[in-house]
Amino acid sequence: MSSRRIFARPARFAAIAPYLWMALFFLVPFGFVLKISLSQTAIAQPPYEPVFDLTAGWEALKTALAALSIDNFRLLISDDIYVFAYARSLIVAVTATALLLLIGYPIAYGMARLPKRWQAVAMVLVIVPFWTSFLIRIYAWINILQHDGLLNQILLALHLVSQPVVWLSTDSAMYIGIVYSYLPFMILPLYATLAKMERALEEAAGDLGAPPWQVFWLVTFPLSLPGVGAGVLLCFIPIVGEFVIPDLLAGSNSLMIGQTLWLEFFTNKDWPVASAAAIVLLVMLLLPLLLYERLQKRQLEQGR
Amino acid sequence: MTDELPRTDAAANAASGDQHPVAGQPLLRIEGVSKNFGTFRAVDGVSLDIRAGEFFALLGPSGCGKTTLLRMLAGFEAPDEGRILLGGKDIAQALPHERPINMMFQSYALFPHLSSQDNIAFGLKRAGMARADIAARVAEMVALVKLGGLEKRKPDQLSGGQRQRVALARALARRPQLLLLDEPLAALDKKLRESTQAELMELQRRLGMTFIIVTHDQEEAMTMASRIGVMNAGKLAQVATPRELYEAPRSRWIAEFVGDVNLFDGEFRLRDGHRLVIATREAGTLVAAEPREPVSETKLSVAIRPEKVKLSRRGPVFEAGRETAINSLDGVIADICYLGGTTTYKVKLDDGGMVQASVVNSARLDVDAYSVNQRVIAWFTPDDCVVLSS
Repeated sequence: MSSRRIFARPARFAAIAPYLWMALFFLVPFGFVLKISLSQTAIAQPPYEPVFDLTAGWEALKTALAALSIDNFRLLISDDIYVFAYARSLIVAVTATALLLLIGYPIAYGMARLPKRWQAVAMVLVIVPFWTSFLIRIYAWINILQHDGLLNQILLALHLVSQPVVWLSTDSAMYIGIVYSYLPFMILPLYATLAKMERALEEAAGDLGAPPWQVFWLVTFPLSLPGVGAGVLLCFIPIVGEFVIPDLLAGSNSLMIGQTLWLEFFTNKDWPVASAAAIVLLVMLLLPLLLYERLQKRQLEQGR
Repeated sequence: MTDELPRTDAAANAASGDQHPVAGQPLLRIEGVSKNFGTFRAVDGVSLDIRAGEFFALLGPSGCGKTTLLRMLAGFEAPDEGRILLGGKDIAQALPHERPINMMFQSYALFPHLSSQDNIAFGLKRAGMARADIAARVAEMVALVKLGGLEKRKPDQLSGGQRQRVALARALARRPQLLLLDEPLAALDKKLRESTQAELMELQRRLGMTFIIVTHDQEEAMTMASRIGVMNAGKLAQVATPRELYEAPRSRWIAEFVGDVNLFDGEFRLRDGHRLVIATREAGTLVAAEPREPVSETKLSVAIRPEKVKLSRRGPVFEAGRETAINSLDGVIADICYLGGTTTYKVKLDDGGMVQASVVNSARLDVDAYSVNQRVIAWFTPDDCVVLSS
């Protein structure tokens, strides 16, 4: 058919465009980072060696390749600082994601049960914080959480505490910041699954003798698992690498891997170790990323 | 069409478990039940008694309130006014899981994450039955609805007809005192629908259970139900057996809603024994049998079902000993609609109106058929006329 030929070229381009994008903006930079992670620090510009010089000829390139080593990765495993940073990142991400699920699920459920008209309003309310810069919102939290901030004033006024509580530079402040910032990413996928769930299913469970809490655990929750999975991964993955929130709200005695990476790169000027730390982080997140990918694909297939 | 109740109360009590309905009382009594959605009155003062073992149909056009009424029986909506008594106990405000009533949903509402057998077992587990008893009951239900071999399948691996069976088995498994069916056959194709109708009736008779079915399909209601409640605009317009509903509709609206009908508006002229003479605008003067409930108005309508209208070339055929006062209308065949078993003729009357006659094609060769523009006489007896107030 002639129409097929006309469309063949743009269609083929459309098919490879995402791969081109990935190659250009992910694979190539990843290659740079990987190479730097295998190099050694040097007091030079750039601050590592060897440096590949494609103009110096084949022999020079071969010596440069031979100079690469996995010493930086050995360091990451042997030095407690990095191991603790990775562990803390995982613990913070797991805890924060659990909190997000506990808080986000009831909100999403309530939204999905609102009359249609109000669902749109609720949706806007969830999204509206994005209209303000993320950094400004975190600074606002610093203001709220400080010694004579809004939170302490309220607590004192309600006589819940007798003197101001120290919030800033604590893990509590960090968790408040993380939960606040990531809540929409938990609510939206949950809401999407709950809103399209057939109401008759819950009615049928009630009709068959299940009291409301059983209706929830036996029908609503199992059927919302795709949304739970999407929300959990959508929050967990970026929280592991989170830098700004712990840096601004948490104390400085224990660092997450994002902060450690920043320190190595900017303060210690140790690009190779920072790169190695980044590579390990990426590998750690590969499993949840693949999980998320599979979940999305399955949902697409079910939607057909 | 069956008017009789095919089973005894003893059978009903055996099937309905511990809570026997009090003798002489209906199983279900709906008393002045109303439901508003905002300013819209979905159900408006409905009162209805349903006996144990009945197959009752709620029939009406969409939006008439029949589904809302059913949902109030299931407990998904609470009535704003009135009482719902099941075996003498008011359940109007009880939650769905507290009622010995089960429902089969129009969409079937099968749990997509559970296999057929787990769907069927869902209600049994909630009732706290022993594991072995559950297995036995599930097996019994699977056999009852002929689902053998499909127990392990998930709903999305079943055909529409099979899903319908799982839904039915799931609703029957708890042996409810009352089974509600919301448009249970609407999603099936015609052939399957007809065979399933027969199976449902057979099942209801065998189990001696009380069924209330909601449908907008009058043929379905007529075929299956022992009594039909016709609803219109939130009110019960008539509760009757299928035959009564068809042959003695109580209003113009019901006459038109249930089956096809010829309607002639006119004015009461005189009474001659048990006959009323009514002058119509479009079909001349008609003689009709006096209705059971005497009519007081002068503006009346005469309703005649198309199959009661006979056609002939020369004039009414008088049978020995039959009524001689016969309505006979002259006209011309305007339209012919061949339907296989019957043919519907539209006759343009000389008086201006149009009358439909449905004639059974009793012979294979159409020696007796009429053709368009042929002059005919359409006739019917006064007993075949139903007089309705306009």
